[in-house]
Amino acid sequence: MAKKIIEVQGLEKFYGSIQVLHGVDLTIMAGEVVVVIGASGSGKSTLIRCINGLEMFNGGDILIDGYILTPARTNNRQNREELKKIRREVGMVFQQFNLFPHKTVLENVTLAPVQVRKLAKDKATAGALRLLERVGLSDQVHKYPGQLSGGQQQRVAIARSLAMEPRVMLFDEPTSALDPEMVGEVLEVMRGLANEGMTMIVVTHEMGFAREVADRVVYIDHGRILEQGPPDAIFDNPQQERTKTFLSRVLRH
Amino acid sequence: MLEDLTNWAPQLLTGLGLTVELTFGGMAIALVLALLLALGRISSSRWLRVPAAAFVELIRGSPLLLQLFYIYYVLPAVGLRLSPIMAGLIGLGINYGAYLSEVFRAGIVAVGRGQREAAESLGMSEGQTLRFVILPQAWRIVIPPTGNYFVSMFKDTALVSTISLAELMFQGQLIASDTFRYMTIYSIIFVIYVVISIPASMGVRWLELYFNRSMSSR
Repeated sequence: MAKKIIEVQGLEKFYGSIQVLHGVDLTIMAGEVVVVIGASGSGKSTLIRCINGLEMFNGGDILIDGYILTPARTNNRQNREELKKIRREVGMVFQQFNLFPHKTVLENVTLAPVQVRKLAKDKATAGALRLLERVGLSDQVHKYPGQLSGGQQQRVAIARSLAMEPRVMLFDEPTSALDPEMVGEVLEVMRGLANEGMTMIVVTHEMGFAREVADRVVYIDHGRILEQGPPDAIFDNPQQERTKTFLSRVLRH
Repeated sequence: MLEDLTNWAPQLLTGLGLTVELTFGGMAIALVLALLLALGRISSSRWLRVPAAAFVELIRGSPLLLQLFYIYYVLPAVGLRLSPIMAGLIGLGINYGAYLSEVFRAGIVAVGRGQREAAESLGMSEGQTLRFVILPQAWRIVIPPTGNYFVSMFKDTALVSTISLAELMFQGQLIASDTFRYMTIYSIIFVIYVVISIPASMGVRWLELYFNRSMSSR
């Protein structure tokens, strides 16, 4: 049996007095591809942002490959030390790419390996070129992000994240900011990653991708996991009324 | 007048030299202080944030002239005796540092949360994030306004003549009290300041255009 790599237990999160996550439990196995779906504002992005510590949370805890994150008040040294280790294990791809605009594509990818993993520059460069080839951008390495299309930028962002050799990749609506004709190229790269056995949590509205690539689909509604299971079960035979309503809305077009 | 000019030239040039030194020296202090204050003000620690904010408000809430007098005439009473040049440099540096820290802070904030999050998610420490991601982008934003403060500093150095620093303005006053030819000497001083600061301002404007263009092409 596969090994648990992420365990979210009773996660509670408030923005001021508004509760956005209500005791969320979620276990992810090594090598699993989990797609998280739900309406905007359901808390799905917040959930994965908690997993790599971009958001503090108020209750519960998150175990990642032996490291543990605890609630918000504890922005203490120990938590920060754990967070540092967790972030080396967990890569993140953002909706808005967030590439460093003052650095070339190659520099974007080598920066963290050189500064954080302390790799020698030539080694980091070789690794970066390999990754950029893999995402199909070998011919763009000396350009600046602003000179690339959205789809290309997002592929660079994926390569940048992979350069840290994470064990888990989080995707926060990676195609939502893209023009429709560029969605495919990014999903293609993600599909490749999934096939190679990368553990992935993907927040997305791309239901076709979810159906095809996901091992498990998780439906979040108002900060609670309402239903989860294999994509076929969720898409073809949802058990909950709200899941049905949501799916009928997003699948109609 | 030409004859006057040649007679006074050595004295005026000495003064101008000191003015320029004060401008660069004061600015050097101001830049370092401004960066520290700006980082203090955006720090997550209240122990850095509150004192930094209080200091900036204190300085921005009082006249530069008073600050210079305070440093030069009051500090010796508590045992800190500074030479006029040190007092002048520190006074100008502190005053401009406080104003510039607001510019720097705005520049750092303008870089945006996404950049910080991307760096953090790659495992970079706060220091690395600042050094490699935030500050290089903030520089481009703050260079033009900083240039304006530079030009402004050049003119404000005239105030240190009041603490007996023999810069350009002071030399002018000396010549005036010697010769009583106020109109001639102060007109010359006027021209010297303007001839330097107007091209400098134009340079800053060019810099601004240059940075805007190079930013938008990315």
